[in-house]
Amino acid sequence: MPILRLLELAPAQQQAASGFFQSSAWLLVAIPLLSAAFLLLAGKRADRWGHWVGVAASGLAFLFGLGVTVSLLGDDAATRVRSLHLFSWIPAGSLHLDAGMRLDPLSLTFVLLVTFVGTLIHVYSVAYMEQDPSRRRFFAYLNFFIAAMLLLVLADSYLLLFVGWEGVGLASYLLIGFWNHETPNAVAAKKAFVMNRVGDLGLIVALMLMFATFGAVDFTTVFHGAPAASTGLLTATGLMLLLAACGKSAQFPLQAWLGDAMAGPTPVSALIHAATMVTAGVYLVVRSAPIFEGAPTAQLVVVIVGGVTLIFGAIVGLAKDDIKKALAASTTSQIGYMILAAGLGPVGYALAIFHLVTHGFFKAGLFLGAGSVMHGMDDQVDMRRFGALRKFLPFTWATFALGWLAILGIPPFSGFWSKDKIIEAAFVGDGWRPWVFGLVALIGAGITAFYMSRLFFMTYHGTERWTNDQHPHESPRLMTVPMIVLAVGSAAVGGLLSIGGAFTIWLEPVTGHHEHGEPVLSVPVITVATLALVLAGVFFAWRQYAVSTVPTTPPLASGMTRAARRDLYQDEVNEAVFMRPGQYLTRSLVYADRRVLDAGVNGLGRLVAASGEVLRRLQNGFARTYAATMVAGLLILLVVVLVFQS
Amino acid sequence: MNLSNYLVLASLLFAIGTATVLLRRNAIIVFMGVELMLNAANLLLVTFARIHGDLQGQVMAFFVMVVAAAEVVVGLAIIVSIFRTRRSASVDDVNLLKS
Repeated sequence: MPILRLLELAPAQQQAASGFFQSSAWLLVAIPLLSAAFLLLAGKRADRWGHWVGVAASGLAFLFGLGVTVSLLGDDAATRVRSLHLFSWIPAGSLHLDAGMRLDPLSLTFVLLVTFVGTLIHVYSVAYMEQDPSRRRFFAYLNFFIAAMLLLVLADSYLLLFVGWEGVGLASYLLIGFWNHETPNAVAAKKAFVMNRVGDLGLIVALMLMFATFGAVDFTTVFHGAPAASTGLLTATGLMLLLAACGKSAQFPLQAWLGDAMAGPTPVSALIHAATMVTAGVYLVVRSAPIFEGAPTAQLVVVIVGGVTLIFGAIVGLAKDDIKKALAASTTSQIGYMILAAGLGPVGYALAIFHLVTHGFFKAGLFLGAGSVMHGMDDQVDMRRFGALRKFLPFTWATFALGWLAILGIPPFSGFWSKDKIIEAAFVGDGWRPWVFGLVALIGAGITAFYMSRLFFMTYHGTERWTNDQHPHESPRLMTVPMIVLAVGSAAVGGLLSIGGAFTIWLEPVTGHHEHGEPVLSVPVITVATLALVLAGVFFAWRQYAVSTVPTTPPLASGMTRAARRDLYQDEVNEAVFMRPGQYLTRSLVYADRRVLDAGVNGLGRLVAASGEVLRRLQNGFARTYAATMVAGLLILLVVVLVFQS
Repeated sequence: MNLSNYLVLASLLFAIGTATVLLRRNAIIVFMGVELMLNAANLLLVTFARIHGDLQGQVMAFFVMVVAAAEVVVGLAIIVSIFRTRRSASVDDVNLLKS
């Protein structure tokens, strides 16, 4: 039924874009892209005002996105999927691909989130990067990041999506390694890029599978053909898409790059975690819904990956003392919720995107808050060296608190509306699944409450544990205003969009209408259990990190904590399983290449040279010797002829 | 007419020519050896033309003479120019192309 529903709604009623905003939607990508190019090419002249160009480009893209959304809202709900043909991209025999854009509620939700949060982060960066000599370059990269992400979500084919996908990967590489004069930052950037390549491979294979099966890679054709394709093929495609999503969204087992990505400037972390980059994986899974609908196994794997990552990230978050790394672990965990929801099928698509939107607000707010703390504390990131910052950073404290309440899922803040719904949806189903997935989601919420409260109390409450020469101070207005806006969003967006299920209805042209199934536990029981776990988490964190003294050096701890401090040995596992054998393999290949292939080819060359050396003696330069040779040859021929004649 | 006389004479002339080419160093003498070999061949052509009673052999001999005349012109020019540059007409000295 859901498949039929999707078919009825999405591709069949797709219409051409109309009106000014819709037909020039390509400007959404073009504006930030041009701004990025301008900032990179303008040179030093633009150093003093270039960053405002970046802010303006991002803001303009937001206004334009708003225009497109409003024009789409004016349409009937059933016709809210618009396609915009741009140009004929790859006309090559049987492969004919047009570059085009798909304007529908899903892509526009992303456009609004990316540009709105992105613009706020741009404004914040103006102040945050003030002392940096290459601020102009930073803004160029930020703009490029936004442009690539917008291309990713607006593309109407998997191939064009892939272009944006790679653009996002490149931008993240440039930004994570922005301060690449320090080796660890450059290494972190490389790690992010390489791990993303593993995911990209999945997308490339999925593209090939689609082309082999459907003969096309645009959404419309693929989704039309998907119900008729074989389950095995859809499963393979789905799993490859999941691999891609895992790479980009830092899901298990490709999660290791996200923690290191904190090497970039803090606004970059906010952008990567809230708006661009990591949300792309969720988008891909939700967008590819018709493929996953036909492949229950792939869906199950999606849910499992989401569940594992959710717990994994939460456990890592428990032990991190670096404020940014703790937030990064929390992102991994929250994206795990989204992937889990996206794997639950039609029930979960809207919830995944909804949580993505609310998460975009509060996580951006939390990261900007962390940046503000670092700004006031001379770039200190160790939470054991914070404490009692509430008095000194009142705005940061207040905005951070709203973000904190939102991520905990305390009603009526945003997180409650999205996360609680996901937990409920995880309990829907029959057999063992609702119990396992539901409990995982529930426990995850409890752990999240503990580590986020730990982070909050360690930073803003308790005793002062600063090093002596630090003078914490509130950040300038350019930084606090975006934080306040995001904090208001963290508080209100979830509730506002939930009125009458507005967000779910808005997404219906894409995700299809779906009645909520009955969870195995009744809804009030789940809500109460979630809240109880969350409050328990907050209480324990308060007792341990606000009331009692926090040691400034990490205490000796159990094996589990030590493992969590080292990210559950993710790097060690990756190195032992992939990196070292990989290096060994390449080394042996190089060895084999030198000893076998090169030796063979070089030996042949030497043989020819040596035989030439021997034959060279015949050419002694004496004309008479040559003549003698000719005569001798002639005589031999003569003798041969005579012998054979007789 | 006795065929073997002609054949022996031609062979002798050819052998003398060959020996001259192989043994003498002076390019002009070597050239004379080549001429001798050509004329030995001509003698055979004419002899067999006479025996068979058709003119093909004689025509061929004329061709050989014409080509030999042209060859002498070119060859002597080369020898003169080599002599001018290297002050020697010895064929053994003409070995610049060797490595």
